[in-house]
Amino acid sequence: MTSTLDEPAAPAGPPGIDPATLHRPEGSVDVPIQIALYRQMVRMRKFETRAYDLFMENLVKGTSHLSLGQEAIAAAFGEAMEEGDYTFATYRGHAHTLARGTSMTGVMGELLGRSCGVLSGKGGSMHLTDVQRGVMGSYAIVGAHLTIALGAAWSAQYKGERRVAVAFFGDGTTNIGAFHESLNLAAVWKLPVVFVCENNMYMEYTPISAVTAVANPAADRASAYGLDSILVDGNDADAMYLTARDALDRARNGGGPSLIEARTYRSSGHSRADPGKYRPDAEVAAWKAYDPIVLYRSRLVARGVSEADLDAIEEMADGDVETATVNAKASPAPGADVLMRDVWADGGSSWRN
Amino acid sequence: MAQLTYRDAVARAITQEMEHDPNVVFLGEDVGGAGGVFKATVGLLERFGPERVRDTPISEQAILGAAMGAAMTGLRPIAEIMFADFFAVCWDLVANQIAKSSYMTAGQVSFPLVIRSGNGGGLRFGAQHSQSVENWAMAVPGLKVVAPSNPTDVIGLFAAAVRDPDPVMFFEHKGLYSSKGEVRDGEIVDRLGSAKVLRTGGDATIVALAAMVPRAVAAAETLAERGIEAGVIDVRSLVPLDTQTILREVSATGRLFTVEENPRLCGWGAELVSIVAEECFNYLDGPPLRITTPHIPLPSADALEDMAIPSIERIVTTIERAMQS
Ligand SMILES: Cc1ncc(C[n+]2csc(CCOP(=O)(O)OP(=O)(O)O)c2C)c(N)n1
Ligand SMILES: [Mg+2]
Repeated sequence: MTSTLDEPAAPAGPPGIDPATLHRPEGSVDVPIQIALYRQMVRMRKFETRAYDLFMENLVKGTSHLSLGQEAIAAAFGEAMEEGDYTFATYRGHAHTLARGTSMTGVMGELLGRSCGVLSGKGGSMHLTDVQRGVMGSYAIVGAHLTIALGAAWSAQYKGERRVAVAFFGDGTTNIGAFHESLNLAAVWKLPVVFVCENNMYMEYTPISAVTAVANPAADRASAYGLDSILVDGNDADAMYLTARDALDRARNGGGPSLIEARTYRSSGHSRADPGKYRPDAEVAAWKAYDPIVLYRSRLVARGVSEADLDAIEEMADGDVETATVNAKASPAPGADVLMRDVWADGGSSWRN
Repeated sequence: MAQLTYRDAVARAITQEMEHDPNVVFLGEDVGGAGGVFKATVGLLERFGPERVRDTPISEQAILGAAMGAAMTGLRPIAEIMFADFFAVCWDLVANQIAKSSYMTAGQVSFPLVIRSGNGGGLRFGAQHSQSVENWAMAVPGLKVVAPSNPTDVIGLFAAAVRDPDPVMFFEHKGLYSSKGEVRDGEIVDRLGSAKVLRTGGDATIVALAAMVPRAVAAAETLAERGIEAGVIDVRSLVPLDTQTILREVSATGRLFTVEENPRLCGWGAELVSIVAEECFNYLDGPPLRITTPHIPLPSADALEDMAIPSIERIVTTIERAMQS
C-alpha cells in the first residue's frame, strides 16, 4: 500500500468533483493537531494493511471491510470529538474504533477471534464496540445505527449532558428508510447528533450514481430536513477536522443535528479479498493519486514539520501493529465459558426455570 | 381497591414507573397529545410533560432505535409500537440490534427498555391489525416476552418489565383494553417469569395467554359443570418461562391443553408441549393438545374471525372430546 514514484502529480481536489461545490470550513488547524491527525491516519492505514494480510493468511476469518483511503474522516472525528461523545460506526469500523483510542490488540484480537478481542470474539470485525471510550458499537445492518445514535443524543439532551453522538455510514445508506427517519426525527427534536456520510461512490459493487436520484446522495437530501447541504473533501484531513469541529460545536451548543457528506474513495475492495474490478482503472488511479495520507504528509512537510518526526510516527505505528499482531496470535481462542454468557444483563442466558 | 379497565391500567402502570424513576421516558406515535389510539396513555403528557412523553413521527425504526440508544446511555425508555403487526417494519431494531447487542459486545451494553404494543385480534381489524406475534419475539434470543391478561397484571408485570435490566416486549391485548378487574391501591410490582395458577382441577391443565386466559377460565367452568375438573394456568411471561409451575400442574393432572391465539405453526404452545414431552412424559395420561387459530391470516368479518380464534365453545368441546376418548 505504499506510493510509487511514477504516480501523477496530486490533483488539487478530489477527482471528478467540481471544487466550487465543496464546503470550505473557516479557520486553520494547529500543527500539534495536524500531527495527531497524521498519527491517527497512519495507525489506521498500517493496522488495516496488516489486517488484510492476515485475512489472506486465513487468520482473520469470515469477513473484513477496510476503509483504506478513507482514513481522514475517521481521524478527523477522532481528534475533534471529546471524551464522552458517542461513536456509532458500521461494519467498516476498524478506523473509527481505533480513532477513539481502543487498543490495537483488542481490535486485532477481535478480528482473529481470540480471547483478547474487545468483544471476546463474540462480535467480530463488524461489531467493534468499546463503550468505555465512547464507541457505542459497529452495526452491520445498513442504516440501523443512525436510529440508535438518535437515542444516545436524546439521552444526552434529556440529561443536560454536553455530549454529541456521531454516526458514520456510507453513500449506499442514504437510500434506506432508516436514514430518512433518523434525519427527520433528529431535526424535529433538535438532537445533538452528527451524521457523517462517507461517500466512497459505491455500495458494495454498484456505483451509487446508478441507483440514486440526486448527484450528492446525502448533501442533496439535507434540505428535505431543513439542514445545510455540506459536501466536503473527505480526503483532506484539515477540511474534515474543521467541518467536524463545527458540527460538533453546533450540536453541543443546542444547535441540533448536521449532515456531512464527505467525498472519498476506498482504495481496496468492498470486503474480504474483493479486488474491486467493477471500478474503472482511471478512476482508481485518479483517487490513488489523491491519497489522504500522502497528501497530508507533503502538507505537513511544507508547513515545516520534519521528515524525521513523521518517520518516527510511522515507525511507532509499525511497532504498535506488530505488537498487536503478536499479542492477538498468541491469545487463545475464546473458551466455552463465554459462549453462554451475556445474553442478559446479569451475564447469563437462561430463558426458563 | 378499584374497578379498573385494562386500558386504564396501562396508563396507571406507566404513571407508576415514571414517578418511580426520572430516567423513565416514553415515546411513540400519538401517545402524548392524543392519549394513544387505544386511549391507554391518556393524561401522561399533561402529567409528565413533553420532555418525558414524546410524540413521534410515523417512524417505527426511529422509535425503536431511539429507545435502544437511550437505554444504552442511561435512560429507561418505554416505546410504543401502536399495533404489533407494525413490528414487521422495524424488526431489524428488535431482532438484530436490541436483542443481540449485549451478547455481541460481551456484555458491554445492556438495554433496560420496554416495547409495548397492541397485540391480538377479535376487533375485526383484518389481517394486518390483528395478529398475535408474541411467538415472533419468543423466537429471538435476547428478548423477554410478556403478555398480561388482566388489569392487575398489566401494572405488576409492566413495572417488573421497566425495572428489568433487559429488553422486554410487552404485548397488551387489544381485545382486553375494555375489560375490567379489581385492582388494589398503591404500588404494584410483580415478577417476570412467573406463571399463575388461576384454577386447580385434577383432570386436566389448560395453559393460556392474554385474551385466551378469560376464555380458558370460562371453558373450565363449563367443563366443571360437565364433570371435568380442569385447572387453568396463565403463562403471563413466555421469556423467561416458568416451566416449573407448568410441569408441576401437568404432572399432577396428566393432561395438557394449550390455548393459543397465534396461528398454528411455532406457537408458544408447541415449545411448551415439547418441554412437557421431554420432561414429564411418564406422567401423561394422553397426548398434549394445542388449541390454536388455524394457520391462516386473520379474516375481518366478525363471523369469520370468531371461527378462527379459539372460542370458549371450541376449548370446551376439544377438551371434552379428548378427555372422553
Ligand atoms: C439492510 C442491509 N441491506 C444490505 C446489506 C448488505 N450490504 C452490506 S454493506 C453494503 C453496502 C453499503 O454501502 P455504503 O452505505 O455505501 O457503505 P460502504 O460499504 O461503501 O462503506 C450492503 C448492500 C446490509 N448489510 N444491510
Ligand atoms: Mg459506499
